[in-house]
Amino acid sequence: MELHLASAAEISRQLVTKQISAKEVVHHFLSRISRLDAGLNAFVHIDTELSLHQAEQIDNRRASGDALNPLAGVPIAIKDLLCTTDMPTTCGSRFCAGYMSPYDGTVIARMRAAGMPWLGKTNLDEFAMGGSTETSIFGATRNPWDVGRTSGGSSGGSAACVAAGLAPLAIGTDTGGSIRQPAAFCGVSGFKPTYGSVSRYGVVAYASSLDQVGPMAHTVEDLALAMDVISGHDPLDSTSLPRVAPGYAAGLSQTPLRFRVGVVREQIESEGLNPEVRAAIVNALSVLKDCGGEVREISLPHSKSWVPAYYVIAPCEASSNLSRFDGAHFGFRAASGDGEKSSSPLVDMYSRTRSQGFGAEVKRRIMLGTYALSAGYYDAYYLKALQVRRLIRHDFDLAFQDVDLLVGPVTPNVAFRLGEKVDDPLQMYLEDLYTVGANLAGLPALAIPCGRSQAGLPIGVQLQGKPLDDAFVLQIGHRYQQAIGWRPSPAPLS
Amino acid sequence: MSISQADVQRIAQLARLQLSEAELVAYSVQLRAIVSFVDQLQAVDTVGVEPMVHAIELSNVLAADEVRAGLSRGQALANSPDHDAECFRVPAVLG
Amino acid sequence: MEAESGTALMNSIPYSVVIGLEVHVQLKTKSKLFCRCSTEFGRPPNTQVCPVCLGLPGALPVLNKRAIEYAIRTGLSLNSQIASFTKWDRKNYFYPDLPKGYQTSQFDLPICSRGFLDISDSKGAFEPKRIRFVRAHLEEDAGKSMHDEKAGKADSRIDLNRAGTPLLEIVTEPDLRSPQEARAFLTELRLLLLYLDVSDCNMQEGSLRCDANVNLHIPVEGKVVATPITEIKNLNSFRAVERAVAYESTRQWDQWKIDAVALGQRPKQTRGWDDVQGVTILQREKEESSDYRYFPCPDLVPVILNQSDLTDAQASLCELPAAIRSRLVQQYELKDYDSDVIVSQGKAIVDYFEQAVASGGPAKRVSSWIQQDILRLLNERQQSLSELGFSAERLADLTKAIEAGVVDTSRGKEVFAKMLDQPNLSAQAAIEALGIKSVGEDELMVLCRQLLTDNSKVIAEYRGGNPKALATLIGQAKKKNPNADPRKVQEICKQLIDSGAV
Repeated sequence: MELHLASAAEISRQLVTKQISAKEVVHHFLSRISRLDAGLNAFVHIDTELSLHQAEQIDNRRASGDALNPLAGVPIAIKDLLCTTDMPTTCGSRFCAGYMSPYDGTVIARMRAAGMPWLGKTNLDEFAMGGSTETSIFGATRNPWDVGRTSGGSSGGSAACVAAGLAPLAIGTDTGGSIRQPAAFCGVSGFKPTYGSVSRYGVVAYASSLDQVGPMAHTVEDLALAMDVISGHDPLDSTSLPRVAPGYAAGLSQTPLRFRVGVVREQIESEGLNPEVRAAIVNALSVLKDCGGEVREISLPHSKSWVPAYYVIAPCEASSNLSRFDGAHFGFRAASGDGEKSSSPLVDMYSRTRSQGFGAEVKRRIMLGTYALSAGYYDAYYLKALQVRRLIRHDFDLAFQDVDLLVGPVTPNVAFRLGEKVDDPLQMYLEDLYTVGANLAGLPALAIPCGRSQAGLPIGVQLQGKPLDDAFVLQIGHRYQQAIGWRPSPAPLS
Repeated sequence: MSISQADVQRIAQLARLQLSEAELVAYSVQLRAIVSFVDQLQAVDTVGVEPMVHAIELSNVLAADEVRAGLSRGQALANSPDHDAECFRVPAVLG
Repeated sequence: MEAESGTALMNSIPYSVVIGLEVHVQLKTKSKLFCRCSTEFGRPPNTQVCPVCLGLPGALPVLNKRAIEYAIRTGLSLNSQIASFTKWDRKNYFYPDLPKGYQTSQFDLPICSRGFLDISDSKGAFEPKRIRFVRAHLEEDAGKSMHDEKAGKADSRIDLNRAGTPLLEIVTEPDLRSPQEARAFLTELRLLLLYLDVSDCNMQEGSLRCDANVNLHIPVEGKVVATPITEIKNLNSFRAVERAVAYESTRQWDQWKIDAVALGQRPKQTRGWDDVQGVTILQREKEESSDYRYFPCPDLVPVILNQSDLTDAQASLCELPAAIRSRLVQQYELKDYDSDVIVSQGKAIVDYFEQAVASGGPAKRVSSWIQQDILRLLNERQQSLSELGFSAERLADLTKAIEAGVVDTSRGKEVFAKMLDQPNLSAQAAIEALGIKSVGEDELMVLCRQLLTDNSKVIAEYRGGNPKALATLIGQAKKKNPNADPRKVQEICKQLIDSGAV
């Protein structure tokens, strides 16, 4: 079997049984990348020597009889928002072009310790702000299923490289849907865990109370294997859940015989929902029924407030998180103006640097956040949004008294055309209407492929669970994929 | 509430962003639309509702007061746009 | 009060100075507030830094447990209310010594609220009073910015070693009414913090900083008008605080006489104290009023304290200076002044005093020996008590001997010097070695008769109405017999003259 048609679990089995070496695996994907990535722009940094060296080290350790993690030797692509000491971390921004982090983030350190070689850093919307990777200084990542369309964002690069068979696994981050939406657009599986499950130490912050790191792969089983490596308490992250992660992979087969599924009335009945998407969701629901799911309709009354609340809270936190990008201690600093005589050279340096260093979307969100936190507006915007957030969470808490799982669309539509929404920020924001709820409430949410449009574009279905019910969500996702005979199916690229 | 161009100018200053005349106009239009959109939150009844800052309720996350090795000076200065091997250098802080 | 004639008003000083202080105390935790870099003072620039205090992308804060303990300890000692729920807020502004572009601080739910500290002046410069606090909160310190000119280009050099050090910001109500009160308050606060062992309180090293808010309350036609408040910065010593407040109050009075501008009619000014010129100087007005956009820090979680945490903390509080002061007076019958001196020298001296008394030294005599001799020596030699090597037991022996009359006070100094010289020498041995013996009454009598015979002029002066004349005989007495007690010599001479025996 060609390695890019195998799941990470299958690759792992081949490595463990020594049918194949890590070097061969890495080499296989690196050559696909060198052939196919130019047409996709999923990767922003490749270092073949480093990747092969990492692979070699694992092969040596395996030969010595070391006990190794199941994913040892399985290569992974990393969203260029996670700090790595051996590859630059650009955040898709001019500000961090060439930035070499002096430290590894916790997730990176855990994957390193598990012996997973890097295939490279993947493309993203600048500082994770966007839904299409079109705001990246490296240009947009193309959807492997239709290169005239977006791969989604902000983890577009990670989604595309898995979808194109350029990597068996990828790491993304999800603040408002940035793992799930690209997963749905690209026909792969992506998971945003319960907030606090995976350490944020070393993840460049966009919106601290919403950001989570999560895996992307072809199968839910692969997501579970990756979660076993990256999740669990981190003393370096104060928002990290104080618990040892359960064994996600080992627990996959423990699906309950019966479970209650809720369909959100406000979502399934929303006007903007593409009928093809709706049909695919309905189809997925019937599969889940066959798996033991009892489906009923529930209401999340504050659904309409999700997107506005998100677009107050996230920019507010971002406006503060991005203040460290000022040209003083690291990163880009603008050249001084010619012959400029200024009353404050320092303020000028800040302003010029930040104006040149950030793209338009980032600037928009910084200004929006600054406005919403500023004197006279704080109560009406930031505080109000936080109150609405609690109401949104309360809606979920009530719903989960009656159901175990919420199932619904990930996106209102299939992948849109490149350039289609770039000039209308608000239009772009509205794409997030089904995904931001899980971030606001801190819930685990899984996006898995559930069909194709007439034109052959992937459609995803979203499974959301109670906080800390990650294992259960993954179990149902896995059960679903088994029921439909799901196999890794990369996009056919020439 | 509507966000005026003067508001945008003030915000840009607070956020240390330099906007050209054209940018000021363009951003003002976009921000006005976005603010107008988020204004729908005003209609939600939030009387007596506690703001939700964190997604999970944790408290008392504390570390023992023990010194741990950090970065070397070289590492700290490595990404700096301007330094003199001892300190970061920035244009003068006046006043 | 009815206004008197304008001239009379002008000639008196009819205003009160109103002072509030903002004190920043650097807590002496080993590591920083939100990361585990060392807080050691004086290290080479940028050698005590990590991704967190450098504000590098992706770094996250984790709260130092001891900083909370020190804050609670301080708050309890200041009779403050300790918040059962306290949280962290970001204060957003751009400055090169603030790498994240925000300072993590506490805005609306500080760890300590209210409280008070009693101050008094042993010399009676002001009435004892209670200075109230508004609040005390924790925040991270900024780095250091140093101006530098090189090849004609002005730059600032930034050292981030200090960035992230824990600060406790203590704010008083504007209860102080004079430069002397301000200084006394700072002295007492500093003493308390030293006893609590939460800070080095060294203004030169920056572990204690103070800004003063000053304005005047002026009675005008039966009402009280307040002048605009001035915030005075760059105060590097308690003396500077005293001088700056004094200067500023006269400056504001002069200003008032010129323009009669009241509080609210002009924004708060920030002025820097120039210690050399002895003046406050208006600092550059800020370009725009600072909008710090405080909001709860999403990277940190709240601290929740329950009653038993606080009860435990209260129970483990050390004895505080004010309590020790009154206890020394009550337990040892010391005068207020003497108790004050001992306590102000710190716990080590208090313990030393009490140990000496416990070893048999008479309290009052031990107290005066500490004040006059021990403290002087420590200061001259720049030594600590342990370095001095004169144990409390030995002081007890010495003072006991003097009290018993075995040695007179002046010879006692000789004994002390000898004991200092030889760390293992007891008082008894030193006395012997110096050949000090008490001189018997008869011997003294003989000596005195001799002295008076040789100094008939002195007798005449004494009879002429000058009792101090006898003092001149002491030197001669000691020459003849070093063990002659000067007091007894004078007594006996007096007796002899008065009784007409000579």
